Amino acid sequence: MTGRRIAIVVAIIGLVIVPYVITEVYYVNIASQILLYAIFALGLNVLVGYAGLVSLGHAGLFGVASYAVAYLLAAGFGHAVAIPAAIGIGLLATAVFAALALRASGISFIMITLALGEIIWGLAYRWISVTHGDNGINVTTRPAPFGLPLSSARGFYDATLIIFLLAVASSAIFVRSPLGAALCGTRDQPRRMNALGFHVWMIRFMAFMFSGLLTSISGILFVYYNEFISPQALALTASAEGLLMVISGGAGTLLGPVVGAALVVIVKNVVSGLRFTVLSPMGFADLVKFVLNGLFQHWNFLLGAIFVAIVVFMPEGLVPGSVRLARAAWRTANRSKSARPAAAAPPAPVAEQKR
Amino acid sequence: MTALAVQNLCKSFGGLRVTTNVNLAVEPGERRLIIGPNGAGKTTLFNLITGEIAPDSGAVLLFDREITRLATRKRAHLGMARTYQIITLFARDTILHNATLALLGLSTLRWNPLVALHRQQHLTAQARAALERVGLHDIADRPLAETSYGEKRRVEIAMALAQNPKVLLLDEPFAGLSIDERRDVRELLRRIPRDVTVVMIEHDMDTALDLADRITLLHFGEVVVEGTRAEVVADPRTREVYLGE
Repeated sequence: MTGRRIAIVVAIIGLVIVPYVITEVYYVNIASQILLYAIFALGLNVLVGYAGLVSLGHAGLFGVASYAVAYLLAAGFGHAVAIPAAIGIGLLATAVFAALALRASGISFIMITLALGEIIWGLAYRWISVTHGDNGINVTTRPAPFGLPLSSARGFYDATLIIFLLAVASSAIFVRSPLGAALCGTRDQPRRMNALGFHVWMIRFMAFMFSGLLTSISGILFVYYNEFISPQALALTASAEGLLMVISGGAGTLLGPVVGAALVVIVKNVVSGLRFTVLSPMGFADLVKFVLNGLFQHWNFLLGAIFVAIVVFMPEGLVPGSVRLARAAWRTANRSKSARPAAAAPPAPVAEQKR
Repeated sequence: MTALAVQNLCKSFGGLRVTTNVNLAVEPGERRLIIGPNGAGKTTLFNLITGEIAPDSGAVLLFDREITRLATRKRAHLGMARTYQIITLFARDTILHNATLALLGLSTLRWNPLVALHRQQHLTAQARAALERVGLHDIADRPLAETSYGEKRRVEIAMALAQNPKVLLLDEPFAGLSIDERRDVRELLRRIPRDVTVVMIEHDMDTALDLADRITLLHFGEVVVEGTRAEVVADPRTREVYLGE
């Protein structure tokens, strides 16, 4: 328990000092992006991981809040009005989304959310009087809560970090709560939960609302980060990317979506910019560099290869998969160490290990 | 007053009539055994009683209150609990967590998103007590996936009993058990207090005969014979259904 607490404190300190360690604005911005996508992935994980409901339309919900805040700011409202209003609109859209999608589960649920996401994308693209279509909406200012401006990369990172930590904490509290346990129950045995007296639909609806809240918040952060929103952010590929973050990191775990978000953002932004210089008469090393350059350039391909590797070697995701491999390694290391003295010593240490 | 009454209940799946004009009247505290060969419509009858399937016509009454169209979860709150023939448990969790969920289902705490479930001492203590009733308290903290089939059957019963039901529906509680395990489960069912009305399905005639006050024989969705143990056993139609042709 205390070991866990120390790890949490170390992790928070590590996240706080990130902009002091990597002072380059570009990388601080990447770190902000990881955190805001991690909030998105945490929201999606509530549904995918804990409710067992795979949504392929979450970028649509993300987009509703994004467009709401951008539209209100462009219409002349202040941040103090635009942000809560956008969260409210995002939650309203989530409620409609949930009411329609929760008529089904399994594949049908995926198809309904996919269709709803596409409808919102279509609205963003064609409802030009509100969204300016392909041109999108520009946002010219970032808020300055308590006199702390978010206009600098570091200021924005700090604000995103605070919201990210709140998102992680609220997810952790939710998962350990009776409602969270009930939600996991509806994922594993919906029929039994119904017979035990649980309102399966309402539990799922509440999970959807919590998911929508985190998604809306990440959408608003996204608009402030880019100071711009266009239909591209709502496209199906964005929904799929969110899903990949959750699944690659480990659905149904707290850390998994965060790790998945980091993986996707880093491959997309950092690795895609890497280039080796290749000399014209190619040696073997140059050939390798040439191939790697191709991979870096086509980062989609690289990301795909990473996902295939994850699915093959750690189908449960990076975080639970690493834990499993580490445990197995620890066990074999201990076994080979205790193999010889085990004959003389009583079996007490073996029992200790099991616990 | 009857604890559980079923009146002229009918249900068809397409052209297949699985329940035809079934009538049942179970007295409070009674042990009712419903027997019948495979495909007699026993489990369908349970699903109609619990509301997991809606009947085409007829009525279901719980302590004279009509519940035919009431949601399944609300019937649980009125004191109806059931077990499943096919084990329907939470395999990722511990035995204790399974029992806790059963208790949580009837507690208003189930809507609480803020407190930690494992810190609810009261609930945990109740869950442990429920497991003690079926003799599983020693392995309460074991993951369900690491338990035997017989233990899982007992978890099923423990979860239903944990809810302190007025009417308990047991769907083949002996299915797949060894002789020793059957004896344990029989002893367990015998200890259920008489303020609980028990309706039990059994495929096998002999397994649960001694537990029953009255027996209903179902065949092709219809009640063929109903009466006391001796009456049903002696009835030639029983022999016809079971020994056949």
